[in-house]
Amino acid sequence: MYMLAVQGQKRVGGVRGHAYVARHPTFADMLSARDLATLRNTLKRDLTDVEIACFENLWSEHCSYRSTRSLLKTLPTEGPNVLLGPGDDAAIVRFSDTCAIAIGMESHNHPSYVDPYDGAATGVGGIVRDILSMGARPIALMDPLYFGTLDQEKNRYLFEHVVSGIADYGNCIGVPVVRGELVFDRSFAGNPLVNVICIGVVRPDRYITARVKRPGSRLVLVGSSTGRDGLGGASFASRDLAEDAEAADRPSVQIGDPYTEKLLIEAVLAMVETGKVLSCRDLGAAGLAGASSEMASTFGAVIRADRVHLRETGMTPREIMLAESQERMLLEVAPEDVPLMGAIAERYDLRWSEIGEVIAEPRYIVTFHGETVADLPIDLLVGGAPLCTWEERPYAAETPFVRPAPPLRDLALRVLAHPDVARKDWVVEQYDKDVQLRTVSHVHDAAVLRLEGAALVLSCGCNPRHIYLKPYEGTANAVIENASNLACMGAEPLCIVDCLNFASPVHPEVAWQLERSVMGLGDTARRMGIPIVGGNVSLYNESDEFETQIKPTPSLGMAGRSDEVRRWTPPGDGEVLALIGTTRPDFGGSVLDAVTGCGGPAPEIADIGVVSAVRDLVRAGAVTAATDLSRGGLLAALAKLAPRSTVELAGDPLEELFSETYGRFLVAGRDASALAGIEHRVIGRVGGTDLLIRWDGGSLTLTPEELESALSTMTRLMRY
Amino acid sequence: MRFAVIQFGGSNCDRDTVYVLRDVCGVDTDLVWYKEGLKRPYDAVILPGGFSYGDYLRAGAIAARTPIMADVVRHDREGGLVLGICNGAQIGSESGLVPGTFTLNAYPKFVSRPVYLRVENTASPFTSLYRQGEVVRMPIAHKEGRYVAPPDVIERLFRENRVAFRFCDEHGRVTPESNPNGSMEGITGVLNSAGNVLLMMPHPERASEKVLGSESGRQIFNSMIAHIECRGSGNKISNGAES
Repeated sequence: MYMLAVQGQKRVGGVRGHAYVARHPTFADMLSARDLATLRNTLKRDLTDVEIACFENLWSEHCSYRSTRSLLKTLPTEGPNVLLGPGDDAAIVRFSDTCAIAIGMESHNHPSYVDPYDGAATGVGGIVRDILSMGARPIALMDPLYFGTLDQEKNRYLFEHVVSGIADYGNCIGVPVVRGELVFDRSFAGNPLVNVICIGVVRPDRYITARVKRPGSRLVLVGSSTGRDGLGGASFASRDLAEDAEAADRPSVQIGDPYTEKLLIEAVLAMVETGKVLSCRDLGAAGLAGASSEMASTFGAVIRADRVHLRETGMTPREIMLAESQERMLLEVAPEDVPLMGAIAERYDLRWSEIGEVIAEPRYIVTFHGETVADLPIDLLVGGAPLCTWEERPYAAETPFVRPAPPLRDLALRVLAHPDVARKDWVVEQYDKDVQLRTVSHVHDAAVLRLEGAALVLSCGCNPRHIYLKPYEGTANAVIENASNLACMGAEPLCIVDCLNFASPVHPEVAWQLERSVMGLGDTARRMGIPIVGGNVSLYNESDEFETQIKPTPSLGMAGRSDEVRRWTPPGDGEVLALIGTTRPDFGGSVLDAVTGCGGPAPEIADIGVVSAVRDLVRAGAVTAATDLSRGGLLAALAKLAPRSTVELAGDPLEELFSETYGRFLVAGRDASALAGIEHRVIGRVGGTDLLIRWDGGSLTLTPEELESALSTMTRLMRY
Repeated sequence: MRFAVIQFGGSNCDRDTVYVLRDVCGVDTDLVWYKEGLKRPYDAVILPGGFSYGDYLRAGAIAARTPIMADVVRHDREGGLVLGICNGAQIGSESGLVPGTFTLNAYPKFVSRPVYLRVENTASPFTSLYRQGEVVRMPIAHKEGRYVAPPDVIERLFRENRVAFRFCDEHGRVTPESNPNGSMEGITGVLNSAGNVLLMMPHPERASEKVLGSESGRQIFNSMIAHIECRGSGNKISNGAES
């Protein structure tokens, strides 16, 4: 028996003193005897089964969020463009005078391990509804994914079906997946991470929130009928799992219905368009109980559970309130507007029911055929659960660098063939990237979407291997790396969303990792002036089956803006190649380290000044192509940007080719004069038939066939 | 001149197609919800891409049985232009507008990528602005797009010049490597016998603006507009036998 508790918690609530309310129930399975005693004392009576269930779900996760709460409060969340920061289903950030983006990020890690296809699909569905509930039309998805190594069949199975789940759901609802990240590392075996970011658009003065506005207004439930789906899903994420838990838990994973989600998108947007929707929330974990209690927390609510439209008979009020049937939304409207909402739902072939009303009294009441089955002070339900803290213990995991023995050519081909570096066509081709006609560019560093005549530029990810070795610096570099990706397309960051995926903070080393990582995130975002507008915490990512704890993975999503809409184009023959930034022997956590175990130090924090310098170069048209150096170092950048070129290295070729020092860019241009004033070195020229790399005392030639063979490893492996 | 784009439950390229017709090609276009039926005559009806009814049962199978498809079939019989794109092509083939069917890709995954097409027929109302043999680039995005038909039907399609597009490489060669879904003979655009219906898997609306990387799809819409202008709006061509 072991504890495997993995689930996303949305960080709702901000730094202004709101409660953090985690939406996804997670850790701490049942109510403890002490909690129950506290509640009995407070209420001066026994709790009903519906009430106990509500507390189980709304209190259960608080233990872990409370451990991170003080940390999360250190993150910078405000900025001139932030219209709505953390505290709702999604954040709202101004893009232009007439357009704002809604942005959110979530994990669906544990469900995606138990049932990779449906777990990943419903993860997409949930975050899309978060955006929709702001009254925004979802326009793009990004999916950072982290798996165990592909030499294990189980990991290939998880990889294949997670990608299919995301593809089938996203493609069907017509929201393009424009960007992603893929990391393969042994630490994710048995506990893959499936993170999804969704971006929507809404008029800056028209977004709606998830808190009720007016006593007397009605609550309308729209979408799929409620069945016994996902019952037990709340505690499922944290239950002690036996060896065969995967099979036993499968009924707890919800099945997505993207067709209904697509109808829901159109219907809810039509409802919002009427101007009559006062507030809106999607139903996620803890079902109607979770959504309605949190939504009503500004006033109070009476929910009539018997009015919920069902697709099974004989459901108890407890089952109705907690079922996690997908594709459902709850809207607040004035009583006289209920028929209009019903008519819109029916136009889109959706069922609906009026299930309750907002009351002035701060109580959360549930009735079932006239009988009161729950009656709770709403503050108690969505506020004050017990605190807990974790003991922290620093660790040092860096090892001294040992120079790998194999010839450079072998190392080069192995690094290029590593699935983190190799081409991702097999994945990317399964995603519809073009629907909605905004996607201008999606290759290499960042995606470019045209929006209102300007460019919305998107990037995501982090490097868990670096962050494991240096949690603070590695997370700082994740911020810088995403900003660097935007800079390559000439864009300035608007905001960050994050998903903090960690192992169990019960381990003091993990608690330390978490704190250092969040500090690195906040400090760097503050220095770069990028607000962190939303996020999600996913703890307990461990696997007994594979005896693994995940490497720390504070995955980021970053959105930026550029006035000019740029498409990534390869440099032309004869153009000069230059390397911007300083290279150090940073081998620890590199792909070279992953394929050889060479060890070495992980990179220090990069110079943030170089990011804006490169952005300016791109904006001025001084370079024709730019890519930032990340996994696989200069070699990977050359293979992508200039696979036919001649390059002269200056120092140790191993360091020059494979180091993963951040704050470096490979750029191409007609001449290097535009780079004056920026630390750089001209390293070669585009052209010829091969990638020819020379250094003092040696050279390496990689033919197009060799490059192709190395870079197509993933396709060959997966397309059996 | 007026176009209709039919919006089924689960259509997701409907708004894109309306945008291209109205804002890029400048033609009056109605977005028609499937429950409304075709309430007025149209010069052209477009069945857009998407996942009508979630592709449940079979791609296009449920949409083909909605009442509005009877209106579309009537429009076709009166000689009106019908263009089915991607899921619209699946709906059209399920409705019997052209022979053959679009089924699961040879490699049974969704595939979204730009491809090259060779224009095989420049006599149709959809392709008159292309050059014979011209190689054009458009994106595909489908999981059930492999065109199959009995050998005698394939032979008849070629004989009657009813193949509009075939997958090819950038030099116009039809090869197994340039065929992304295993379609027979690389066929991915099929005309009916009268030439007023075209069903195709690639997305011309995604290749109608330079900023999105290709403008060659717009020639399909422009060909339709030119054809309607030439014959006069509202005057339907009389057509021969149904395909």
